[in-house]
Amino acid sequence: MTRGLPTSREAWLGAATVAVLLALPAVLTSYAVTVFILIFFYGYLGQAWNVLGGYGGQLSAGHAAFVGVGAYSTTLLSMHWGLSPWIGMLVGGVLAAGLGAIIGGLGFRFGLRGFYFVLLTVAFAEVCRIVALNTDALGGALGLYITFTGDPWQLQFQDNRAYYYLALTLMLLATGVVALVERSRLGAYLLAIREDEDAAEALGVDTFRCKLAAIVLSAFLTGLGGAFYANYLFSLQPNAVFGIPLSVDVIIRPVVGGAGTLVGPLLGSLILSPLAEVTRIYFTRPGWAGFHLVIYGVLLIGIVLFLPRGAYPHLRRAWTRRRPDA
Amino acid sequence: MALLEVVDVRKRFGGLQAVAGVSLDVAADEIVGLIGPNGAGKTTLFHLISGFLAPDSGDVRLGGTSTRGLKPHQVCQHGLARTFQIVKPFQALTVLENVRVGALARTRALGAATRKAREILALVGLDHCADRTARGLTLADRKRLELARALATEPRLLLLDEVMAGLTPTETERIIELCRAINARGIAILLIEHVMRAVMTLSQRVVVLDQGQVIASGPPAAIASDPQVVEAYLGEAYGSAPEGRRAGA
Repeated sequence: MTRGLPTSREAWLGAATVAVLLALPAVLTSYAVTVFILIFFYGYLGQAWNVLGGYGGQLSAGHAAFVGVGAYSTTLLSMHWGLSPWIGMLVGGVLAAGLGAIIGGLGFRFGLRGFYFVLLTVAFAEVCRIVALNTDALGGALGLYITFTGDPWQLQFQDNRAYYYLALTLMLLATGVVALVERSRLGAYLLAIREDEDAAEALGVDTFRCKLAAIVLSAFLTGLGGAFYANYLFSLQPNAVFGIPLSVDVIIRPVVGGAGTLVGPLLGSLILSPLAEVTRIYFTRPGWAGFHLVIYGVLLIGIVLFLPRGAYPHLRRAWTRRRPDA
Repeated sequence: MALLEVVDVRKRFGGLQAVAGVSLDVAADEIVGLIGPNGAGKTTLFHLISGFLAPDSGDVRLGGTSTRGLKPHQVCQHGLARTFQIVKPFQALTVLENVRVGALARTRALGAATRKAREILALVGLDHCADRTARGLTLADRKRLELARALATEPRLLLLDEVMAGLTPTETERIIELCRAINARGIAILLIEHVMRAVMTLSQRVVVLDQGQVIASGPPAAIASDPQVVEAYLGEAYGSAPEGRRAGA
């Protein structure tokens, strides 16, 4: 079983975790809060990816494109028209969803599956990156910088803890959306498509529409994440927000935690985001640049070899075996 | 008017004329067997009828309406369900979830679809393993699952592509019974089968395909003794097979 409805014990565990996370900033150091923000943020992006990649089995390796579109459009709307990022992020999400519809419309219309769909998504992200690099209106290679005002209406906060709660809210929201999808006809159809597309089609599943719905929803959520990214870091560079490394960061968490499960992306982020942070600190010395990518690589090989369905299904089995739930 | 009307359908793959002008009908409530040697075009014909392939010319009509230009899922919505020769279970899903996907073709509600799926599982005799993943099923059970899923879409016509291949005689017998039960519910069946005993006992009519063309069509007894069919497919031995194996003859 890859999924399954939560047992009452799991539901309580979830509620308790949320309660702890709400109270946690009171006792955390500022640095620890930052680490948690990263856990929530990448957990959020992983959950958004999960809709398309985990449930639908359509592996996008270009989700950075949606992050970038969300980040750039929110920031540009704010810079040129003074539109609050709170509203701008919805516009960014819609634009990212539009890009998702184009990628999905092309890819799924022409029946691209497996590696060919992966390549299409990478190609689109790379085109976005190169366009952003070479367009002066988008700041070119230098990117865009947001002036810090500390105005909450501009999605800017003096206190790091505000970002903590915002990132936590986003993550819980995405998890709620995915939980709804999981319990809907769309969710059942996406799993069927992931397992065997021809069989699904023969059983009356409009595979094109389902996949399109999944990529649009996934891209919309990812675009919202991009808006958060921009207003948390106050700067955007094409190589960072449209780059392949970010796409890898988005994918690797649900894959490690358990793609196609509700908890997988969150668990993956809990494992990997602190690890990424630690390796970034210790391996940025001369001669060690990029070493965290080596760790990523080794970890991914290990997961594929020993836990091909991610950590969560194993954890869940261990949990239910140890304490049989009535 | 027949439920399924295939009218002079042709399909060419490069230099191979896989289906060369086939016409056949299936009436509502009827069970029709489709036999022929390997490469005769039987599975291609199934693909053409179910919308997985578009014919080069000719027409397929279901309940009087042409299915031209329809995708497989739309053909399914029109009341046609098919199984695949090489079974395609949703491996990681449970047996119940597999069948529920089919049931969702007629309802949006997961609860109603789950109830429907349980009903179908009881009918095909898979209710004891509803919560097991499809990955762990035996071949016989996977064939049953394939049938159950197709049934859950509430078809008027069921296309069965070698659902008995690779099964033991006992398992075959149970599938034959199941087909009869399905037919008794008012569902027409068109089946491709190499297990002659099954075809001959089940079918009210048999259509023989060879090199993309219908070479014979008629009641099983007539087909079994048709010299052209014996020559192309059954071989000399079948006509002189022991009495017990000549069911329907």
